[in-house]
Amino acid sequence: MQKLGDFKLPQFFNYPPYFTLQPVRDTREKQVQLWKDLILDYCKTQHIFVIELEEEFPLFSNPVIERSLSHEARKAFLSALVTEGRAEWLDKGHRKCLILWHRIQDWADIILRFVKDNGLEDGVMTIEEIRSGIESRGTELHGIDRTILMRALKLLEHKGKLAIFKGTSTDDEGVKFSV
Amino acid sequence: MTYYDPPFHLRNKRSSRKKRVVQRTEGSMASSNNFFPSASVTSSGRPVFLPNEIECQLLSAVDLESDDGPSFPSLKSGLLILTTHRLIWIPSNSSAHSNAIAIPLSLITHIFSSKKSIKSIFHSPRIRFQVSLNSKSLVVTVVARGKGDWDGFLPKFWENWRGRAWETSAGGSTADGSVTTSISGTSSNSGGFYLNDGSVRMVGLAGILRKEQEMWESTDKSLQEAFQDLNALMSKAKEMVMLAEKMRQKLLSGSNSETNAGNNEEMGSKEEMQDWLLSVGIISPVTKESAGALYHQQLSRQLADFVRTPLERAGGMINLIDIYCLFNRARGTELISPEDLLQACTLWEKFDAPVMLRKFDSGVMVIQNKSHSDEEVFTRIKTLVTKPDALQAGITASDAAMTLGIAPAMAKEHLLTAESRGILCRDISPDGFRFYINLFPEIDSDDMHMVKDHGIYSLWVRVVSA
Repeated sequence: MQKLGDFKLPQFFNYPPYFTLQPVRDTREKQVQLWKDLILDYCKTQHIFVIELEEEFPLFSNPVIERSLSHEARKAFLSALVTEGRAEWLDKGHRKCLILWHRIQDWADIILRFVKDNGLEDGVMTIEEIRSGIESRGTELHGIDRTILMRALKLLEHKGKLAIFKGTSTDDEGVKFSV
Repeated sequence: MTYYDPPFHLRNKRSSRKKRVVQRTEGSMASSNNFFPSASVTSSGRPVFLPNEIECQLLSAVDLESDDGPSFPSLKSGLLILTTHRLIWIPSNSSAHSNAIAIPLSLITHIFSSKKSIKSIFHSPRIRFQVSLNSKSLVVTVVARGKGDWDGFLPKFWENWRGRAWETSAGGSTADGSVTTSISGTSSNSGGFYLNDGSVRMVGLAGILRKEQEMWESTDKSLQEAFQDLNALMSKAKEMVMLAEKMRQKLLSGSNSETNAGNNEEMGSKEEMQDWLLSVGIISPVTKESAGALYHQQLSRQLADFVRTPLERAGGMINLIDIYCLFNRARGTELISPEDLLQACTLWEKFDAPVMLRKFDSGVMVIQNKSHSDEEVFTRIKTLVTKPDALQAGITASDAAMTLGIAPAMAKEHLLTAESRGILCRDISPDGFRFYINLFPEIDSDDMHMVKDHGIYSLWVRVVSA
């Protein structure tokens, strides 16, 4: 089985037409579906949050069959993810894409679980600590993308589960939980 | 047999075919023809010409009649072709083509002069001649009831009969055929062409000059006569134009207004008006479908015959552009335009030709046999593309061309069509444009790593893993 790092690739990754944007509608739909799932799977296991279109992305090339996705194809598949709500463009030029292999709502639930697991129902924590503190090690929160974390926290703030307060610098930004 | 001349509204063949009581049967269904020699006709309804015979004029809806008696066969409403050697009459009903006859001009002993009278203006144009058959003398009348250039036909008939083209093999005074067709310049001339013979008619210079001289003299005379009538004509012309315009408007408004079932009478008179306009020579604006000028019909049949050999050589499918080149090259002179070719192809469906025009999504137009089957081609493609080499590396249009026995451009069209049906997938890379068997339907979207035991996907996995 072919691997990309420690990620197990499916058999059809070696099928050359997989790397050419198919014009026939039904075929294209299937192709898009497979790419969407593959991208999400890969990003989840590799903890990748952002894909830059103009940079090399290992999933988009297969040196074994000497094929890689064209710029147009990459854009097409990422746009499909955006349409489905599993990704967002970070810039107007559509060059950077934020991958939501967990939806924002899912992240919010993960944060709540984290809070409960660590007895922080009334506690306070800085943003950085949530991202890289000792408690976060071993959890999915570790190394989470800042943008995603802020969005999830804002969602929870809206629900009244916490309050975000600003410190003197970004390092001091913190959260007061009231779960 | 008294001759019955139907009134205006029954004159046009088109209307008489539609719903009125048919005054004449089409074609000669029961012609026990022991009178005239029969004429060979191709499968597309074109006559088979004798060596050095040239086609000159065509008339449609022609009856051949005789005072001879009841034993004369019924030869009604056929296509009359005047050639340098014969008068060929082909029934319009395509199943009766075997009843086509030909009257050799050499057997005509006398042509009666046609007197112009008031009466003759209102009747169908006709000409009588005496023909000697089986040591019997017979008077035949050609009655032209349809479209066709009668004024071009009549002098050409005289000319061809006098020209006696059948007496000489080549050269000298038989300059009539090829030269005067271009001088008289009628649009219904298709000129004929010879594939097996390949010879060009030898033309004597004296003959050409003589013909030209005669032509100029007669033109001069008729011009003089015309100018005298011209002034009278001009004053009437304006009235006629206004009248025609009124008719046209009436017809147009008649077609636009809602005509329900109860309005049959109005429909009837509208048709009469349409027919009358046609017989006067004005094209009706409400005709939905043009039957095509006679020229195009004959061209279409000729093309259907011609196309068979190249089509076979090309494996059943040939590019329209290639046919254009081949056909014109074979014709030599009197080349046809691309529009004429296209028009001729579209007319094929009207007389059940064995070939058809087909347009691919990419815009490429080809001619193929009606019996051509796409499904059969797809089966062959599928077989080709599931071979181990093709599973590994796919196929190109050239590979398919070799297997299918057709041109690469045609093969590509087939591959693209197969792709659009979901049989193949494309692979575009620096290696080129290749096609693979479509595996996508067999891939499980819920479980990416799953490969079922049976099916093309598992075959593919086995082959590429080896």
